[in-house]
Amino acid sequence: MTELTSLTIAEAREKLRSRDITSTELTDAYLAAIEAANDQLNAYVAVTPDIARKQAAASDERLARGEGGALEGIPLGIKDLFGTEGVHTQACSHILDGFQPRYESTVTANLFADGAVMLGKLNMDEFAMGSSNETSWYGPVTNPWRRKGDNKALVPGGSSGGSAASVAAHLCAGATATDTGGSIRQPAAFTGTVGIKPTYGRCSRWGVVAFASSLDQAGPITRDVRDAAIMLKSMASVDAKDTTSADIPVPDYEASIGQSIKGMKIGIPKEYRVEGMPQEIEDLWRQGVEWLRDAGAEIVDITLPHTKYALPAYYIVAPAEASSNLARYDGVRYGLREEGKNIIEMYEKTRAAGFGPEVKRRVMIGTYVLSAGYYDAYYLRAQKVRTLIKRDFETVFHDGVDAILTPATPSAAFGVADQDMAADPVKMYLNDIFTVTVNMAGLPGIAVPAGLDGQGLPLGLQLIGKPFDEETLFRTGHVIEQAAGRFTPEKWWS
Amino acid sequence: MSVDLATVKRVAHLARIAVTDEEAAKMEGELNAILGFVEQLNEVDIDGVEPMTSITPMQMKKRQDVVTDGDKAADIVANAPLSDENFFLVPKVVE
Repeated sequence: MTELTSLTIAEAREKLRSRDITSTELTDAYLAAIEAANDQLNAYVAVTPDIARKQAAASDERLARGEGGALEGIPLGIKDLFGTEGVHTQACSHILDGFQPRYESTVTANLFADGAVMLGKLNMDEFAMGSSNETSWYGPVTNPWRRKGDNKALVPGGSSGGSAASVAAHLCAGATATDTGGSIRQPAAFTGTVGIKPTYGRCSRWGVVAFASSLDQAGPITRDVRDAAIMLKSMASVDAKDTTSADIPVPDYEASIGQSIKGMKIGIPKEYRVEGMPQEIEDLWRQGVEWLRDAGAEIVDITLPHTKYALPAYYIVAPAEASSNLARYDGVRYGLREEGKNIIEMYEKTRAAGFGPEVKRRVMIGTYVLSAGYYDAYYLRAQKVRTLIKRDFETVFHDGVDAILTPATPSAAFGVADQDMAADPVKMYLNDIFTVTVNMAGLPGIAVPAGLDGQGLPLGLQLIGKPFDEETLFRTGHVIEQAAGRFTPEKWWS
Repeated sequence: MSVDLATVKRVAHLARIAVTDEEAAKMEGELNAILGFVEQLNEVDIDGVEPMTSITPMQMKKRQDVVTDGDKAADIVANAPLSDENFFLVPKVVE
């Protein structure tokens, strides 16, 4: 019999429904795998075995009666950014020490309503700010992938590094994640997993710790495209508690899997061919084009002229929103408090002790660009550029393009404590060069593993779709997956 | 545009983050690297372009202005570092 933890969500779902296995067995197998691996991978910051076993037992009862939801008995990992009632929710920041919300985020409530089991909370960059999971208060996550013949620890990407690593290492069947500039798709690409950032407004942001509210979206990271479709269906909803939640019914995404892409128009944007991009990424991209052409799609060259301005505009808009959102961490209502001789000093000392260097940098940038005299030069200009970025996409979609194919990242996973990136924050930011445009325009984007580089590390391709057309991404992503195959790291950690 | 040490300290105070002289000096370099990076936005012709205020073309949802929730004072202060009888406690602000 195959190892229980190697089953995809779809496979486990069948075995649970047919009573070949129980959720309790599956959950115990995952808890044992976490126990054996977490010291080395550091993917989980809190494991919740009591909750998991209780939920699994309840799922087994429902399954025995022939009942159960779409994710009945499936053990998942939850990114630490999602509010989970009575459970560790700290956005992996020191400033939220001890915080356990008295409410449940809409996304996790949706998952639990569909029968999902929570194994624990997953590591991430502090407040989702980072591309390597190294800004976490709980320390970096180690990528389950290593270069051939090399034991050097690599980053899993970020900010959803714990989510991606735990899925790749089979420490959960699937994981929730969030994406503000690439935080689902970049770690998925670095770990050989599938990650989708849906259209802005598709998943409720209610109860998710806010970073940049006009960019943040939740989505799943999974082992394959079908599992991503299954999980997104459960995560997404129309929610009155989030005023930006879209009033559009959630389709059955899984029905798109296996549908033909014959006649579909796939755009290839020339602006994504950036200077210094490794030949292997260029080759992978060309390979992706061939796969889609072989499957009957029409390939067209397109132009998205404002692409290069997306990242600089992002580094005004996102820090500005973050500086406002993070103003709430003041040592009064929750989390850490450092005493001072007056209230201002208390605020300043609390925030100095509670925020890490990357978060401070972004709060400072945001405060500066919003401060008197600079608003027009920075923030207003960035929001205008954002309009132009969105218009670029609207133009190509209007011209009949169904989806856009690009590389997911400009490189494979890099080493923990990379000196170049530590010395220059902008170098780290460049990781999101292919993903950030999608957040700026509010569009859906999926990263699908497409191959291994010469050193044996996974590389991914990204598909960008029209607003609320996640179905085309699942359909097309599945074609890439069928051609490329799936990738699993060698198990070296236990 | 770039920031000097005095500006870094002023912004840190606005952001309510205590910084030492050493930290402020380090931040000066980092913030200037980021501000240098975003400078390229000045190349873009934004004449007549509306700033983005809503990412999806939809009306902000409105709700009835009625009480739908409440009586949760204990829940609200449950995570406070210091509270007393459902009040948050802070250092004295009025002499």
